[in-house]
Amino acid sequence: MSKLLVWYGELTTQRNLANRGLAFLGAGMLWLMIFLVLPGLVLIVVSFASRGAYGQLEWDFTIENYKRLAGFSLFGWTADYIVIVLRSVWVAFVTTLISVVLSYPLSFFICARPERTRYLWLTLVIIPFWTNMVIRTYAWFLILAPELPLAKVAAFFGLIPPDAPLYPNSFAVYLGMVSMFLPFVTLPLYASVERLDWTLVEAAQDLYASKVRVFMQAILPQTLPGLSVGIILTFVPAMGMFVVPDLLGGAKYMLVGNLIQQQFGASRDWPFGAAISMGLMVLTMISLQFYRRRSKEIEFV
Amino acid sequence: MSSKIDKGLSVKDIDKSFGEVKALVNVSLDVHEGEFFTLLGPSGCGKTTLLRIIAGLELRDTGRVILGGQDITDLPATKRQVNTVFQSYALFPHLNIFENVAFGLRSRKFPQNEVEGRVNRRMEMLELQEMADRYPHQLSGGQQQRVALARALVNEPDVLLLDEPMSALDAKLRAQVQVELRRLQRKLGQTFILVTHDQAEALVVSDRIAVMDQGKIIQFGTPKEVYEQPKTLFVAEFLGAANLLHGRGLDGGIQTELGFFHLKQTPKWDNGTVAIRPERIRITDNPPEKNAVKAKVREAIYRGTNIDLWLEPGPMRVRTPAHRNYELGDEVWLELPPEGLVILDE
Amino acid sequence: MRRSHPLITVLAMLTVGFLYLPLVAVAVFSVNATRYGLVWRGFTLDWYIKLFHNEFILEAAWNTLALAVVSTLVATILGTVLAIGMDRFPWGRKANTFLDLVLHIPVVIPDIILAAALVVAFGLLRLISTVFEPGLFNMIIGHITFQISFVALVVRSRLVSIGRDVEEAARDLFASTPYLLRRVTIPLLLPGIVAGAMLAFTLSLDDFVISFFTAGPESVTLPLFIFAAVRRGVTPQIHALSTLVVLITVILIVGMERVTRK
Repeated sequence: MSKLLVWYGELTTQRNLANRGLAFLGAGMLWLMIFLVLPGLVLIVVSFASRGAYGQLEWDFTIENYKRLAGFSLFGWTADYIVIVLRSVWVAFVTTLISVVLSYPLSFFICARPERTRYLWLTLVIIPFWTNMVIRTYAWFLILAPELPLAKVAAFFGLIPPDAPLYPNSFAVYLGMVSMFLPFVTLPLYASVERLDWTLVEAAQDLYASKVRVFMQAILPQTLPGLSVGIILTFVPAMGMFVVPDLLGGAKYMLVGNLIQQQFGASRDWPFGAAISMGLMVLTMISLQFYRRRSKEIEFV
Repeated sequence: MSSKIDKGLSVKDIDKSFGEVKALVNVSLDVHEGEFFTLLGPSGCGKTTLLRIIAGLELRDTGRVILGGQDITDLPATKRQVNTVFQSYALFPHLNIFENVAFGLRSRKFPQNEVEGRVNRRMEMLELQEMADRYPHQLSGGQQQRVALARALVNEPDVLLLDEPMSALDAKLRAQVQVELRRLQRKLGQTFILVTHDQAEALVVSDRIAVMDQGKIIQFGTPKEVYEQPKTLFVAEFLGAANLLHGRGLDGGIQTELGFFHLKQTPKWDNGTVAIRPERIRITDNPPEKNAVKAKVREAIYRGTNIDLWLEPGPMRVRTPAHRNYELGDEVWLELPPEGLVILDE
Repeated sequence: MRRSHPLITVLAMLTVGFLYLPLVAVAVFSVNATRYGLVWRGFTLDWYIKLFHNEFILEAAWNTLALAVVSTLVATILGTVLAIGMDRFPWGRKANTFLDLVLHIPVVIPDIILAAALVVAFGLLRLISTVFEPGLFNMIIGHITFQISFVALVVRSRLVSIGRDVEEAARDLFASTPYLLRRVTIPLLLPGIVAGAMLAFTLSLDDFVISFFTAGPESVTLPLFIFAAVRRGVTPQIHALSTLVVLITVILIVGMERVTRK
């Protein structure tokens, strides 16, 4: 007979409970195995396959795709792909940084609102968070249009030809990226700022004359939990972003996301696409690992 | 000798471990019908685990639980004529107070008119009739506690279990609720088993107390017994302040650093400890005939009804009426009467 | 309450402005009478009216809705059951860590990786069955895959907050398993399930990447339609469509807040 136990007030046996538990887990886990874990594994395998003449898969295991990603080709070494990967990391970094810098005043401002209007302001940040990214991206077309001051100013300084829009270029990509990810930082950061212990801040104000030190010693440590969530929520998806650079960067400012999309679209080179995806996956893992280590430190503080 | 108790509860030789941790070690106790019984001990002593085993919310490793002569050890919680007032009250947040109280009757499919009758009677008894349509979150802590009580009592359980029911209340309310709880139990004549870590609470409400420590019951007794005749050092210190004297056991007394003290009995040990409560020590101006200590006042704390003195040598604590003033450094004589000195087990 | 420094107020206002400026521009130009360029030629609702006569848009709207409803329905059931399975059974620590890991994958990885994995997986599955041709069926599967995680996480956090006490109390008060489920567990869990479902629905409406990779020519959704149209050149009609989508989003969010705050 299986071991008896009481679970949530119910007298049952270990086996009984395990069977019921498995029945509950079954469907959902099976789904995630078939359509999430297995495809992930297949993607790894495919990244070692090669592309046939008509875009079909050929199962001759090779590390050619990874070599290609690293820049080695028949015609020698080029930095093209490496540049795109590094650029993606850089863009993600800058996007995160600007979002953080803008999120601090915003979350402090919202926290200072009276209860009634605070939720209104918060909702104002939540709405873009949930608004379709294609719409939010292309909307910049209007702001950057040749008829509007931004493009006119740029043209005046000779940065773009007269009567040209202020896209596609790197500036437009940063603009689009920051507006895309800003709420991802603001919302978790706000949650931390709301719980801020102001007595510590005041104590720091008494101790240090400089505002920078007050921020570093009293505010930053207290908001670190929310901040690190915000950073990870921004940095990881920003590296893989594809809509913004596609619409606002064009061929001039490609990121990893576009490169992957190209392989699965026009180029129909799945193995190479899979290899790039793996590269992006590795970058994601590194970021998450970094985050996990940091968040453990935070728990100890 | 309580060999046969009709509606009483017996726990026999219960062991319980959580992994490596031994929560209960060979615990036995008998609770008589109509008794207010308290399990008293510090947190982590196993008292709540024991309560949960009686309720059927936890399974013992070995041992038996017998209720009214019937072995209920292997019955699920749903089949036991036992109800619990949880520490968190565990009210159903989505049901109004009436339905909360009615829950136990409805789940056993009592007819509607009987449900109404019994629920209304309990709610009246606990002064909840105004609250029937409200929801738990709209009630104060004290009201929620009464709902939890009503919800358990409406089932007329053979034994009512109370798991630290006062811990969420503020000190003033707690004192009042303790008295009310005691009165309620007397009126109903039902068996109550209370778990608490608050010794004052245990003394106020209980007919009998079991003092627990590290998974074992250290001492059974009436409040007076456990307070005045603590068996061990742990019991002596857990139930209020105690002055301890260590020394050699001699015929009819104990030889300590402060001298020889007469005791009512001869200690069974060679080296050991005796305890005396601060209020049992008498202060005299002239040296008493026996069991005398000369001491100097180190601290005098005025408490309104009395004064607490901390004295050298020791530090020794003495509680004395408040009609006299003491200055720091005053020299006084203390008398430690033999009837106040309790011989502790090794 | 604390007052904020004027500089902070200014910066915050500018930031909110920065978030909304593009959206406001879209809304403004959706009621502008001119077809080309950005010159104001007067107010009109023509573009909105035309939307409802554009069969491509109507079809895309229908696809979007069908995709969101079906995937949300399936994901809510699977995710809820999964959450109960994870939280209400004494799995060992290792099993819990594994389940937790799997559940978090779709939440933390860039969606383009999931999209790529699905493309490859569907490509191989096509060798077995033609059901897996790019199209609505694949899109539904893709959406369910990431929705399950979000639903399960929301429902599980609700289960955790309900806690063990009330269920034990119900047992202590003689509740049988069906009675406990009907009278306690499900009513208490319902807000969590509804919140999870609304989240899943919003995620589906919002998704572009997974849809883009798994869609076929017959299964264009609104985000896909807008994306394709934008690459050809924006028109006031697209502005009108986008404005409507944003409005629907706002309504959903406000609704979601109402449910979750209760």
